[in-house]
Formats: sequence, C-alpha cells, structure tokens
Amino acid sequence: MTNVATDAPAAKDTRSAGRALYVAGVVLLCAWVLVPIYFLTINTLSSPETVNSFPKPFFPEFDLGSLTFFANFAGMLSALKNSVIVAAMTMVMSIAIGAPAGYALSRFDFRGKELFRLLILLTRAFPLPLLALPLAVMFIQTGLDDTTFGLALVHTTLALPFAVLITFSLFSGIPLELEEAAWTLGCTRFTAFTKVVLPLILPGITASAIFAFVISWNEVFAAAVLTIENRTLTAFLLQSLDTSPLHLKFAGGFILVVPALIFIFAVRKYLFAMWGIANR
Amino acid sequence: MAEIQIKNVAKKFGEYQALHDINLTIADQEFMVLLGASGCGKTTLLRIICGLETATTGEVWIGGRRVDHLAPKDRGIAMVFQNYAVFPHLTVFENIGFGLRMQKLPDDEVKKRVERVAGLMHIEMLLKRYSGELSGGQRQRVAVARALAMEPDVILMDEPLSNLDALLRMEMRAELKGVLAESKTTAVYVTHDQVEAMSMADRISVMHKGEIVQAATPIEVYRNPAAEFVASFIGNPPMNFLPAENAGDGKWTVAGNVVDGPRTGTNRPLQFAIRPEDMQPADQGLPAKVRIVEPLGAHLLVTCDVGGALFRAVLDSDMQVKPGEMLTLAPQPDRVRWFDPETTKAVA
Repeated sequence: MTNVATDAPAAKDTRSAGRALYVAGVVLLCAWVLVPIYFLTINTLSSPETVNSFPKPFFPEFDLGSLTFFANFAGMLSALKNSVIVAAMTMVMSIAIGAPAGYALSRFDFRGKELFRLLILLTRAFPLPLLALPLAVMFIQTGLDDTTFGLALVHTTLALPFAVLITFSLFSGIPLELEEAAWTLGCTRFTAFTKVVLPLILPGITASAIFAFVISWNEVFAAAVLTIENRTLTAFLLQSLDTSPLHLKFAGGFILVVPALIFIFAVRKYLFAMWGIANR
Repeated sequence: MAEIQIKNVAKKFGEYQALHDINLTIADQEFMVLLGASGCGKTTLLRIICGLETATTGEVWIGGRRVDHLAPKDRGIAMVFQNYAVFPHLTVFENIGFGLRMQKLPDDEVKKRVERVAGLMHIEMLLKRYSGELSGGQRQRVAVARALAMEPDVILMDEPLSNLDALLRMEMRAELKGVLAESKTTAVYVTHDQVEAMSMADRISVMHKGEIVQAATPIEVYRNPAAEFVASFIGNPPMNFLPAENAGDGKWTVAGNVVDGPRTGTNRPLQFAIRPEDMQPADQGLPAKVRIVEPLGAHLLVTCDVGGALFRAVLDSDMQVKPGEMLTLAPQPDRVRWFDPETTKAVA
C-alpha cells in the first residue's frame, strides 16, 4: 500500500475513481432492471400500431388498445383467473404449513435442527425439470394433473422454504417471555399464540404470504408441464408466444410483471430480514 | 391459604445439574427471597414453581395441592418477568386485564379490577398508552399490576427491579413491599441484590451451586450465617476470616491473640470470622496494619493486613487513621463466628 502522508493526492484520486466506479455500477444495475420495464410499459400503453412501428415514442401515449386486445384474446382471461386461483392457494398452503415449521424452528430445540434448516434450503437445489416428469406421471395417476390444486401443490413446495425461513425470523424476533407471560395469565400454548404472537407477527406473515403468491404467479415451468386446459397466465403466454402478435406479448408481460413488482416492493423489508437470518 | 412446598426437587439440563435435591417450605403470605449469584439455580427454581420449567425429579405443592404436573395457568400463580414482558400490541389497560379477559370475566368486573390495581401501582393515567410509550419504570409497574390483577395465591418475581436505575429501584423496592404485604399473597422473589433481599424479605433462601445453603430471616442470615459462603456473600463489605489454631480447652490462637471459642473434639484448625463493623480500636486485640482508608461519610472503611490476611473494619469517621499505621482491633466477643474450613459450615 502507498504511504498515506506523502501520497495524499494520489489516494484522493484513487478514492474518487473508486467512487466513479461505484456510481457507474449502480447506474448500470438500475438500468439493467429499469430499461426493460420501461419498454414494457411504453409498449403496453400504446396502440397495437405504434407497438409494431419504429421508432418508438419516448413517452407512452396511454392508448389502451393493446390491453383491450389482450383482454379479448381467447382463453386469456381464464388463464389470468387460473393464475390468481393457483397463487392464492399457494399462499394459503405455504403459510399454513410454513408458519408452524418456522415456529418450531425458533422455539424448540430438537436433534438435527441445523440440518433441517439446511435441508429446507436444499429443496431449492433440485432443478424443477428434473422433477417434472415423475411429477407429471404421479399427477396423472392420482388425477391431479391439469387441476389448479395440483399445480398449487407444486408451487407450495417451491414457496415453502421461503415461508419457513421468513416466519422463523419473525418468530425469533418475538421474545419468549411474552409467550411465557401469556401462559401464566391463563393461556394455553395455542391461545398464547393466537392472542399474543399472531397479532405481533401478522404484518410479517402477510409479507410472507405475498411472497408465496409472487413465486406462484411467476412460475412457468411446472405450470407449462402439469396443465393443458387449465393453464395459468405464464404457461398460456409461453404456449401462444410464437403465434401471438407483438402487442399481445408486451401486454401479457406487463400484466405478469407489474403485480409481482408491486408486491415485492411492498414486502422488501421482510425479505431482507429473511436473508439476515439465513446468513447467520 | 397458599403455602408452597418444594419436595426433593432436582433439575438437570443435559449433564449439568442445575438444582440438587431442594426442600423448602414457604409459608402462606410469606415474602420469600431466593438470593444467589448468577447461575446458582434461583431462577430455575422459580420457573419450576411457576411451571415454565419441569423438575427432573421432585414435587411442588401449592396450597395443599400437588401442581408439578399442571400448566402454569392452572397453578394459581402470577409471574413478573425480568424484562417486564408487557404485550406491545395491547394498551396498558388491556395488558393488566389480559388474564381477567382469559377468565372471561364480565367487562365491568375487568374494568373495576384493572382500575383498582392501576391505582395501587399509580399508573391510572397510563391506561390508554402502549408499552412503547412507557419508561422502564412504568413498564415495571404495568407488569406488577398485571400480576396483581389476577389476585393470585402466589406471586412470583424474577429479578423485577434489576433493569431499573438505582434511585428508581430503591423507590420501587419499598412500594412493592407495601403493595404485596397488603395483597396478602405469598411471594417468591428472585434477586442477586443482597440489599433488595435484606430489605424486602420475611425470609431469605441463600442459594449456591444449585443448593439452598440457608433459609432464614434476614437478620439471622446476616448474624448467624450457616456457612462461609453466606458469610462472604451477604454484607458489604463481607465478613472477615482469619485462621485459628486450637490452643485447647476452648481457647483459639488468632493472629497471635488467644480468643475464647468453641470446644471441638479434634485438633483441627477453624476459621475465625467477624463482621467489619463489630470491632473497636482497643488496647488489647488483633494487630492490624492499615493499608487503605476510605471515608464513607458516616463511617471509615479501613482495609488492613492482619497476620498476612486481608481484613476490613468499619470505624467511626471521627477516628484519625492513616495508611501505614498500626491499629489494635478488639472483636465484640458475642459477634464472633466460627467455621470449619473443611465442611465450610458454621461451628457453634
């Protein structure tokens, strides 16, 4: 390293160069995320003619032509409905199963607890394509194929690790003393949970539920493999990708991306908490 | 009537023996303090009485009923926690009324009882606030009020004042004592603060390494410690110890002086013990070389060297004492205590 006393100007140069690099990096990353969203927005809010022409306008013209076309496209609305149903079921199931697991992880000491936490994350290590074929076979055997419930089951499996980890960090943030106080004041373990713990973690649970919703909403592979008639929006768009006009693709993309973006933005605080815990 | 009986209670955490065969009876309406250094098992014992911890072996009886298999809510107890455990999502009113609501008492009864205990604890004006808007001392009051509102047979307190500053602690100490005496409940109070223990307790159970070394009134514990640990743990500054050689016929040689002592059958040496305030400068007595003089206002705390051992004396502040001087300290004969260095127990 250079001597700070004699090389002060050089050090200053290095610092400002580092700062410039940092700013450039931030700008690049922001652009990476924002530019596609920007184009998506422009093209969605333009008439089909503008979408197919060149050059593009810099500001959207707020023409709902593309969106109307999207809404009237055969099967699109039922696909949207399926997406909402599957995501809602995923949300309910992953919280119903994940929250008790998170509670157990934070409150009880049991053998293999650390291993269990690791295994939860490892479920994400299996690539879905690897599981898709056996899953499809099993679903056909049990009659779960091409149903929203069957797909919600798969999506729950995907969302569950996050639900467990987020709720684990939430429960760990509630002092055990509060529960113990409730027990001495006439509560059972269950009523202490509903009267003391639940009200305190409800915002976090909501965030975790929304995250599960988004995971299901964005998922395309399992949806494409496991459904035929009852496609979700992602699978439906994928299926009609090469046959549909440009403005339909943009409108579909917009409808997919925007809710997910808004939801994730709303719950970002809790997602950071989850990573904070997972890094421990 | 709620007498607490603890019979042969032992607790193991894995291989670690936290409590060894505890036997203790706490009388109805008695204020019992469990006193000891951290890790001595006092909180574990309290939690076993409460039901938040289960004893590995032994029985807990409250009011003539065996309770060790019951959930905390069925034991007729209320607990005040060290960190107050005031529910952050409820107002002070709903916190105090929480247990009453769980008992499904009618609204007007809840209101009556909450307002009564809030008055006792001087927090009537805080009833609409949330815990986040309260100071530590106020939270402490809410926690005590919540326990009192249950009108329990037994109230259990786990270092309830340890998170308060010194002045507030002194104020709460006196207030708690008054309120609890009035409520006529049996109280078990855990603390590591001997001043708290001495000033509040009807009886103190001094605990050490998972055992109760002595359970007696504060004055008894102070004057007649049952073991060396009690003598050195209680009292500030603690009791002085000097080795004593048996000179036969009930006489003992302490730092070159011959003192009257117990007649033991053997020739084993004993420990001579005396409280710092139980000594007077005199012509005859223990030769003490003064090391440090600390004026404390009412008294002088004089640290000296007697026969090579550290020795403290509390003398009148008018005394002219300087470091390096020699003093002759005469122990008050009826305040001298003797301990067997092998068993560390008191010898009569």
